[in-house]
Amino acid sequence: MRIKLKPPTIVILIYLAMLLAGGFYVGLPLFPILSESMVKFAMNGIMVLSLLPMIHAGVGLNFGMPVGLSAALVGMSLAIQFKLQGGVGFLSSLVFAIAIAVVFGAAYGKLLNRLKGREEIAGVFTGFAFIPLMNIFWTVAPFTNRQMLYPVGGVGLRPKISLDGYFRFILDETLVIQLGKISIPLGLLLFYALVVAVIALIFKTQNGKAMAALRLNSGFARLSGVDENRVRLLAVILSTAIAAVGMCVYSQSFGFVQLYDGASMLTFPALSALLIGGGGSRQATITNAVAGAYLYQFVYLLSVPVANAILIPELAELLRMIITNGVILFAMLMERRWQHA
Amino acid sequence: MLKFRVFPTHRQSRGSGTDTSCDGMMFHEKGKNQLIANFLRKHLLTLIFGVLCWVGFNAAGVSLGFVGGELYVRTVRNAVTILALLIPILAGMGLNFAIIIGAMISQLSMIIISDFSIPGLGGIFAAFALTLMLCFIFGHLIGRIMNAAKGKEMIVGIVTGYLGSNMYQMLFLVGYGTLIMPRNPEILLSRGIGMRNMIDIQGYRAVFMNSPLLIFTIVCAAAGFIYYLQWTKLGRRFAILGEGMQTAQLLGIDVDKTRIAAIILSTILAGVGHLMFIIEMGNVNVYTGHLNIDIFSSAALLAGGASLKYARIRHVFIGLFLFHTLFIVSPLAGQNIFNSAAIGEYFRSFAAYATIVLALVLNQRKRA
Repeated sequence: MRIKLKPPTIVILIYLAMLLAGGFYVGLPLFPILSESMVKFAMNGIMVLSLLPMIHAGVGLNFGMPVGLSAALVGMSLAIQFKLQGGVGFLSSLVFAIAIAVVFGAAYGKLLNRLKGREEIAGVFTGFAFIPLMNIFWTVAPFTNRQMLYPVGGVGLRPKISLDGYFRFILDETLVIQLGKISIPLGLLLFYALVVAVIALIFKTQNGKAMAALRLNSGFARLSGVDENRVRLLAVILSTAIAAVGMCVYSQSFGFVQLYDGASMLTFPALSALLIGGGGSRQATITNAVAGAYLYQFVYLLSVPVANAILIPELAELLRMIITNGVILFAMLMERRWQHA
Repeated sequence: MLKFRVFPTHRQSRGSGTDTSCDGMMFHEKGKNQLIANFLRKHLLTLIFGVLCWVGFNAAGVSLGFVGGELYVRTVRNAVTILALLIPILAGMGLNFAIIIGAMISQLSMIIISDFSIPGLGGIFAAFALTLMLCFIFGHLIGRIMNAAKGKEMIVGIVTGYLGSNMYQMLFLVGYGTLIMPRNPEILLSRGIGMRNMIDIQGYRAVFMNSPLLIFTIVCAAAGFIYYLQWTKLGRRFAILGEGMQTAQLLGIDVDKTRIAAIILSTILAGVGHLMFIIEMGNVNVYTGHLNIDIFSSAALLAGGASLKYARIRHVFIGLFLFHTLFIVSPLAGQNIFNSAAIGEYFRSFAAYATIVLALVLNQRKRA
């Protein structure tokens, strides 16, 4: 099989080589970074995977990911409210998150069905609009667990709820294997693999095939009896639910549930990771998502110590943002050219 | 089908852009109910904002004088920036979210001029001149980017704005003190690399606010320019372009060039508008001052009754009035109704974003 790399992947690989050279120069601790990269990969990777169903059905890139992330935040808040700890806490927040994501996703999907051909811009603003709406919810929701509320006043949830004593690191710290100097978080990676398997299985079902048919030729798919709106709705709900699962995994790794504007910062990195992996808004495979997520996180992790070494610590974050947005813009401009290629 | 997906504007633009002309036809063919429904659909956002303003105004319990005074300040700050959105809509490119780059340029210009410490009105004029020049160059660049993604101008505008914002932050956080040495080292962070968060320009503010005639002239000149544009050759080209790119091409118009011209004009107006904003504020928030300018301007324009394909100068001023009244009263209203000013602030952000989503939905319906 011939491997054909797209420009974003090539650019990121060149950047990676430069960073490795720079890292070698400043004496980078490579093994801790390799261990860390696996955690970060799985922590953020599920959100990248969540983009796949919508692309598979031809709905395009899911710019409205905050809808799913907010669902997860509500789910986890419920688990904390009921003081569910450890594995039970994590599993129940997954169940709550998915249940809420189905509801949110259905509404979001209905909206996108009305805006066919304009899903991306509609997604951006639906996601943006969702965040202040949820902020109102966080401020007025009748949660009572003191650990979640503002320390002063006791009304409204605090922006960062610690998961210490609930399900912090629940996946990160299961089945950690030491392989020489590298530690592999097998529990986390297995959970990630589980999500990959679920997505692959769904794509094999009849609905999954209907999605693919819709993407490849929507007119033909409709003639063959595919209910376009229903299948698209299904894809959006699926994407939203997987994004919610991704947010739960992210939070247990991060150690905090970040409410309020926390959900708005994760969409563009996920999109960019998929594009770096070689995906596009009309064609993306699971391999693209996996490779892209790993490359994106690995490059970011490498750039932090290098930026610190040249005494401008903000540089790592700035470069990450420039790469994130630059890759998305580049992919949009080149999309038509790639389709013809 | 695939072709339509790639070039969605072709389908949407043919025969539309003439929203007003179909009213009479509707009246004869479908009767009065249809006319009312059509009116509601066209003015839905304006009506919603009118009701919200009325409720908010009553709940906030403020005087008309207070709102009026605040509105004057906000007209100075925002009117020209909102006007900047008109030309791309006229030219069928939708809302130009890349005006945020014009805003960044105006901040950069003001910082450079105040660093050179050119005093008084001379400094203000120099800042305007520098803004115009840089906006021309960058407007050209943005226009080229949008030409590479026809039919996706809005989302590309947003991402371009983000990317520009990152590069702009990089310029100030990393470039200043390493590559660019300011004359006045006081404006750098104590470590010697990177700009401070806020640059004081109170001196210019005093001069500027003491010359209301100048402010009035700039706002009127910007509005007058757009009004005058419709009788010029360029303005006609924009209008034809708004009817559809294929039509324009058949009529022998250089589509790419005209679109670039639209974006250049838009960027320049945005730069001038935001320059007025920062001078009125009296300080430059170096890293955050430009953020959300695009969203709030767009939402204001849509609240005034514009659609993604049709916008007039009156929509700018109606929108300015409605959207900013809501902005002024919503924290106070939130405080009085829910005992939390934060809820009012969340609500107004929600209103801004939801307005754009609703405008997309309404625009789509018109196509169907």
